[in-house]
Amino acid sequence: MSLVTPDFGLLVWMTVIFAILFFILARFGFPIITGMVNKRSEYIGKSLESAREAQQQLAHLSDEQQRLIEETKREQSRILNEAAQTRDDILAEARQQARSEAQAILSQAKQDIEAERESALRDVRRQVAELSVDVAEKLLRGSLSDAEKSDVLIGKLIDEARR
Amino acid sequence: MVLLTMPPLGVFSSETEASLGEAETALNETEDAFNEAEAEAEEGLDMNEYLFGHIGDAYEWHITTVNGKPISIPLPVIVRSKTSGWHVFSSHHLEEGEEHEGFFISQEEKYNGKVVERADDGSLVRPFDISITKNVLSLIINSALILLLVLTTARWYRRHDVLKETPKGLVGIMEMIIVMVEDDVIKEGVGKDYKRYSPYLLTAFFFIFINNLMGIVPFFPGGANLTGNIAITLVLAVCTFLAVNLFGNKQYWKDILWPDVPLFLKAPLPLMPLIEIIGIFTKPFSLMIRLFANIMAGHCMLLGVVAVIFITAKMGPAINGSLSVIAVLFGVFMDILECLVAFLQAYVFTMLSAVFIGMSRQEAEPEHK
Repeated sequence: MSLVTPDFGLLVWMTVIFAILFFILARFGFPIITGMVNKRSEYIGKSLESAREAQQQLAHLSDEQQRLIEETKREQSRILNEAAQTRDDILAEARQQARSEAQAILSQAKQDIEAERESALRDVRRQVAELSVDVAEKLLRGSLSDAEKSDVLIGKLIDEARR
Repeated sequence: MVLLTMPPLGVFSSETEASLGEAETALNETEDAFNEAEAEAEEGLDMNEYLFGHIGDAYEWHITTVNGKPISIPLPVIVRSKTSGWHVFSSHHLEEGEEHEGFFISQEEKYNGKVVERADDGSLVRPFDISITKNVLSLIINSALILLLVLTTARWYRRHDVLKETPKGLVGIMEMIIVMVEDDVIKEGVGKDYKRYSPYLLTAFFFIFINNLMGIVPFFPGGANLTGNIAITLVLAVCTFLAVNLFGNKQYWKDILWPDVPLFLKAPLPLMPLIEIIGIFTKPFSLMIRLFANIMAGHCMLLGVVAVIFITAKMGPAINGSLSVIAVLFGVFMDILECLVAFLQAYVFTMLSAVFIGMSRQEAEPEHK
C-alpha cells in the first residue's frame, strides 16, 4: 500500500458518503441556516435603518420644538410690546383728556373769576358811585345853602350833563 | 492566472515529490523490514510499522495493546472475487495472517497490507474490495457527526423565531463559523451568484474541518488519518473540479481556448490554450496534494515526536526521562499547531475552491485599450 495511490474501496465509500452528506446538508442543512441568518441580518439592517429614521424624526421634532418655542417667545414679546403700547396710548389719552379737562375747568374758573371780578368791580363801582353821590349830596347840601353859588353850580352841572 | 498559480504549485509539487520520495523509500524500508519486524517487535519499536500503522488504513481498528495482546474493533470485510463472487466476513478472521474463505492480508511486497486471494497460478490477485476499513468507519462516524452538528443547528432555526432570539452554545458557534465562511470566503471568492455554490463549499469546509480535528483526537472515534489520505482529498478535488468546470460560463471557456494574448502565442501553435488546459487540472490537483500533504505531514510529525519517548526507552532513564519531557512539551505544541492547521487547511481549501469557481463565473472584462 502506498500513501499516494488512492485506495479503490475508500474512493468508492468516500464518493458515496460525501454525495449523501452533500445532498442532505444542501437540502436540509445549510440553506436553512444561511437563509435564517440572512433574514436576521436583513431584519437588523432594517431595524438600524428605522432607528436612524426615528432618530432623524426626533431631531426634526426637537427642531420643530425649538422653532415653536422661538415663535412663542416672539409672540410673547409682540404681545407684551402691544400691551405696553396700548398702555402708553391709554395713558397718553388719559393725560390728554385730563389736560383738556383741566383746561376746561381752568377756563371755566377763569370765566367765573372774571365774572366775579366784574360783579365785584360793578359792586365797587356802584358803591363808589353811591358813595360819590352821597358825598356829592352832602357837598351839594352844603353848597345849596348859598343860592348864588348853587345856581352857578347847577348851570355848570347842566352843561356838563348836556355834553 | 495559470502563471500566477504555477509558482505555488511548483513549490507544492516539489514538496510533494520530496515527500513522495521519502514515502517510497520509507515504504521500501518497511517492506524490507516487515518480516524482521515480527522478530524485532519484542525488542523495540519498529518505526515504519508504527508510523504507517497510524497514518495508513487497516481492516480492523486497533485501539491499544494490553500485555502484548492487541485490542481492536473488527470491521466487516466486503470483497468480490472474480471467481467466487461476493464475500462478507469479519476482519478478525484475518488476524495475524490467517486465511478465510480463500482471502488473506498480503504481507508480500505486492499489495502489502491489503486483502488478496491466490489465483490458480499461485500469483496474488486483488479482489474488488469495498471493505468497511478503519478509514471508512471513521468517515461514516465523522460524517454522522457533521450531520448531527449541522442538522441540530438547522433544527434550532426551524423551531425558533430568528427575529426574536439568537442561538447560544453549540448552535451559536456553528452559526458563527457558517457565517464567517459564507461572508468572508464564499461571497468574496465566488461573487454574485454565490448562493448556488455555498452549500457545496460549506459542506467541503465542515467535512475537512471536522475530519482534520477528529484526526488529531488520539483515541477511538478519532485518530484515523482521513484528510491525510489521498483518496479522500482526490474526491474533494474532483468535486471542486466539477463545480468549476460544469458550470463555467462562456467567458471562462473563451479565456482558456482563446485567451487575450498576442496572436503568436495562440495561433499556429496553441501555446497559451495548452497551458490553460493544463491549468484546469493542476488547480484541483494542487488542492488535493496540499490538503493531503499538510495533514499527513502533521500526523507524521506528531507521531515522530511521540515515538521519541519509546525509541529512547532503551537509552537509560536519564536520557529517556529528559527527552520524554521535551517530547511531551513539543507534542503539546504540535497538537495546538495541528488544531490551527486543521482549521487553516479547511479554510484554504474552501477559499481556493471559491476563487476557482469565481473565476469560472467571471463576466467579460470591459475593453481597455
